Amino acid sequence: MNKRLLRLLTPVIVLCGLCAAQDISSFEKRITVKKLDNGLTVLICERPEAPVFAFYTHVDAGSVQDPMGQTGLAHMFEHMAFKGTDKIGTKDYPAEKAALEKVEKAYSAYLYERDKRVGRDEAKIKRLEAEWHAAADAANQYVVPGEFAEIIERNGGEGMNAGTSDDETSYHYSMPENRLQLWAYLESERFLHPVMREFYKERNVVIEERRMRTDSRPIGRLVEQFIAASFSAHPYHRPTVGYMGDLNSFSATDAQKFFDEYYIPSNMVVAVVGDVKAATAMPVIEKYFGRIPSHEKPEEAPTAEPPQNSERTVILHERAQPVYLEGYHRPDYLAKDDAVYDAIADLMSEGRTSRLYRTLVRDKKIASVAAGFTGFPGVKYPHLFAFFAFPLPGHTPQEIADSIHSEIDRLKKEDISDDELKMIKTRAKANLLRGLADNEGLASQLGQSQARYGDWRELFRNVERIDAVTKADIRRVANQIFVPTNRTVGIIDNAAVVAKGGQ
Amino acid sequence: MKRILTTALLISLCVSLAGAQAPWQQIPIPELHKFQPQQPKRVQLPNGMVIFLQEDHELPLVDAVARIRGGSRSETAAKVGLVDLYGEVWRTGGTKIQSGDELDDYLEVRAAKVETDGNADSTTISLSCLKADFDDVFKVFNDLLRTPEFRADKLDIAQKEYFDNISRRNDDAAGIAGREAAKLAYGASNPYVRQAEYATVAAVTPQDLIDWHKQYVVPNNIVFGIVGDFNSAEMEAKLRQAFASWPKGTAAKKPEIQFTSAKPGYYVINKEDVNQSSIRMVALGTTRDNPDYYALEVFNEAFGGGFSSRLFRDIRSAKGLAYSVGGGVGTTFDHPGVVRLSMGTKSTSTIEAIQALFADIDRLSKDPISEDELKRAKDSILNSFVFNFDSPDKVLRERMAYEYYGYPADFLERYRVGIEKVTPADVARVAAKYLHKDQLAVLVVGNTAEFDKPLASLGTVSNVDITIPPPPGGPEAPPTK
Repeated sequence: MNKRLLRLLTPVIVLCGLCAAQDISSFEKRITVKKLDNGLTVLICERPEAPVFAFYTHVDAGSVQDPMGQTGLAHMFEHMAFKGTDKIGTKDYPAEKAALEKVEKAYSAYLYERDKRVGRDEAKIKRLEAEWHAAADAANQYVVPGEFAEIIERNGGEGMNAGTSDDETSYHYSMPENRLQLWAYLESERFLHPVMREFYKERNVVIEERRMRTDSRPIGRLVEQFIAASFSAHPYHRPTVGYMGDLNSFSATDAQKFFDEYYIPSNMVVAVVGDVKAATAMPVIEKYFGRIPSHEKPEEAPTAEPPQNSERTVILHERAQPVYLEGYHRPDYLAKDDAVYDAIADLMSEGRTSRLYRTLVRDKKIASVAAGFTGFPGVKYPHLFAFFAFPLPGHTPQEIADSIHSEIDRLKKEDISDDELKMIKTRAKANLLRGLADNEGLASQLGQSQARYGDWRELFRNVERIDAVTKADIRRVANQIFVPTNRTVGIIDNAAVVAKGGQ
Repeated sequence: MKRILTTALLISLCVSLAGAQAPWQQIPIPELHKFQPQQPKRVQLPNGMVIFLQEDHELPLVDAVARIRGGSRSETAAKVGLVDLYGEVWRTGGTKIQSGDELDDYLEVRAAKVETDGNADSTTISLSCLKADFDDVFKVFNDLLRTPEFRADKLDIAQKEYFDNISRRNDDAAGIAGREAAKLAYGASNPYVRQAEYATVAAVTPQDLIDWHKQYVVPNNIVFGIVGDFNSAEMEAKLRQAFASWPKGTAAKKPEIQFTSAKPGYYVINKEDVNQSSIRMVALGTTRDNPDYYALEVFNEAFGGGFSSRLFRDIRSAKGLAYSVGGGVGTTFDHPGVVRLSMGTKSTSTIEAIQALFADIDRLSKDPISEDELKRAKDSILNSFVFNFDSPDKVLRERMAYEYYGYPADFLERYRVGIEKVTPADVARVAAKYLHKDQLAVLVVGNTAEFDKPLASLGTVSNVDITIPPPPGGPEAPPTK
């Protein structure tokens, strides 16, 4: 009896030895979660270390939800969420609203003519384009530029930003604690009454973002091609920032429609961490966020990626130095082996004891960097476990591929060592701990866990799951997914360009 | 007539709106909770070493860093890259009793880190560990500090990585722009910006690293800070025990450095595989002990700082010309910073964007930063001021920086007071003093064939050659570009 009890307790004791002060039960005392009547989830974590707080708004919609022909729309809306509301950023909303409607009419007339397959009238396109621009200028006279961001900045907002991924969209910044009510007003208004003002100018800003991140960077170009090759059916094959053609086509009306469909309370989690008291803050947050109207979640069933059944390779002939990338399909983050993938990524990549550093960088001296990682390009749907390396001058992507594959073979054939397993588990605990030290990090991690699993405690349980990973699990999973017919390879190769005498 | 009526109506509407308070202005803002950030304890050992102890009991962790005077600005021109290599091999080489590989194993089972690094004016060695492992990890830290072994095979790996770095340095347009703009601002051979080449990296020997360590790593060159879950008195005793008997050495001297900005004008680097131009406009900035510093901070915030700055509003929001745009008059602690305005715009609007940015500079004299813009900038700096010290480790880092550069310990408080005092006249004065369109070196990295107009339509253009000098030779010679 006693023995059994001891056995039951052992893993828990090991874990607590490391994080005595910071386990689930210590957070239970500081965290309050409430699902509002409209379906929006609020999480408050009290951390009164300094008179500030951070928040993280998580919206369960990302570029996977971009409609066909409108790639980049989720990201575009994220930009528009900084443009103000019917009260912020306008001199006269009724007049502005009417003017914005005219912009949409003019744009739609222009687009109709521009995209005609036959019988296009170039002069008419020019005229319609001019009319659209004129309508936009007319609407602009009602704009108080940048007022939404200005209010945040003037009130001491710090680290104001947002991000869109394939899976989700997030908004975050920090503020002095005495601005909690102001923040609750601003953040809820943004999702109550967003206004698509200055839409087409902001679309140009987003197009510049695409040029910067994707078109003008060799790695950006590689990743876009690699992802497109890896996924043939699931929306993961499309870039989050959007294709140039779509960016030059979608409208403010499209963005508003996207918002109406996906920015519903049941898709949203708001996490607040810092010098706040749940007892007084929750009613304030509820008062403001409770106003957001709800409706049914949209039907959602993106095409499942079929088995790859083939090895795929994309090669970019660039003048940039070589890069090697390969990926293998794996199941989504809710799969029972999720922690095993985390363990493999850690084993292969974390620090100077990692297998890829030791073989490719230290011993064979063929790469300057080599690592494996999971969660690419997202986690919500089946995705990729990937490896990449930068070959050293004089070494080829093929040498890299061979070395990575022989490391993978080792993973399949031999158990990892006791020390390696211990390192993986200790690091998981220590990394969790190190991530708990600031409001921003806590807000994003707690918010994300609450959103993805419906329970913030999963942040801690994930470490327990890694703690339960066995040597046999690692071999089993490696044998399952690291096979050539499940592999896509992406290479930047400069051999041809250098041989031709290109710079 | 009808239009006039509408305008009149609009004006009256605006006035009435201005009279009433907007909804967000009606939200009460209570007094901020009283907060006295905890200051670290400062101890100076008889051998000159300065120690800061900062307790933080939130998590069972300890973090420490020793910042050591002497950095790459002091290395010789023939061996540029030495301090970078030193910063890596110091750790990977290991100690007299444990190789770097053995240290890796020893530390990783404890999920602990001991890392070293090389910078322009200092080198650092840091540790991070669970509280329970502190004694074990601190022993490694101290061994590495006192008895490192710069093993040749690890220098070889570090040099190979460095070669790789050099070979890749012209792949990314923004990287090129940042690097070359700094060279234009300071002068290409200035020690803060000069470039490591295959030859200068290859010239570094293990003996160079040993010599560097011997020359600089002495207690009177070190500012050491530690933060975490410990008792200060006990920790102080431990540190005294470890460091007190270490004899004093020769104090590092700050090298004499010349700053010679490039001639104002246009500089271009053609890069055919991009569709966006990376544009940088640079000149020499100033230091933080300059009395103009506070006015410059307010000016920078108003002109090129956040979402509400003039540049962001005009170039990004109103004109849609750039995703990233901003900048200002740069300052650093002990040498002039860089006046730097940056943006990225599509190749076909390169000239248009440069002119738009110039127009914003011109506007500064005709339409100076207004009372309202000033208020906005000051509000933004002062209301977010608390974020400078909202954690014990931030307070520690600030104090260490002031100690290192000989600034007063209460510099942050002086900063707040200094910002509060800034007037519109101050801002106008520093704008006129530090930012001149015709004194800027304008660098464009882009696909010149696609520019809206030739860059030469704006003025005299110089080509910047970024060809990577080939390595001295050998069978494993990396390909040049």
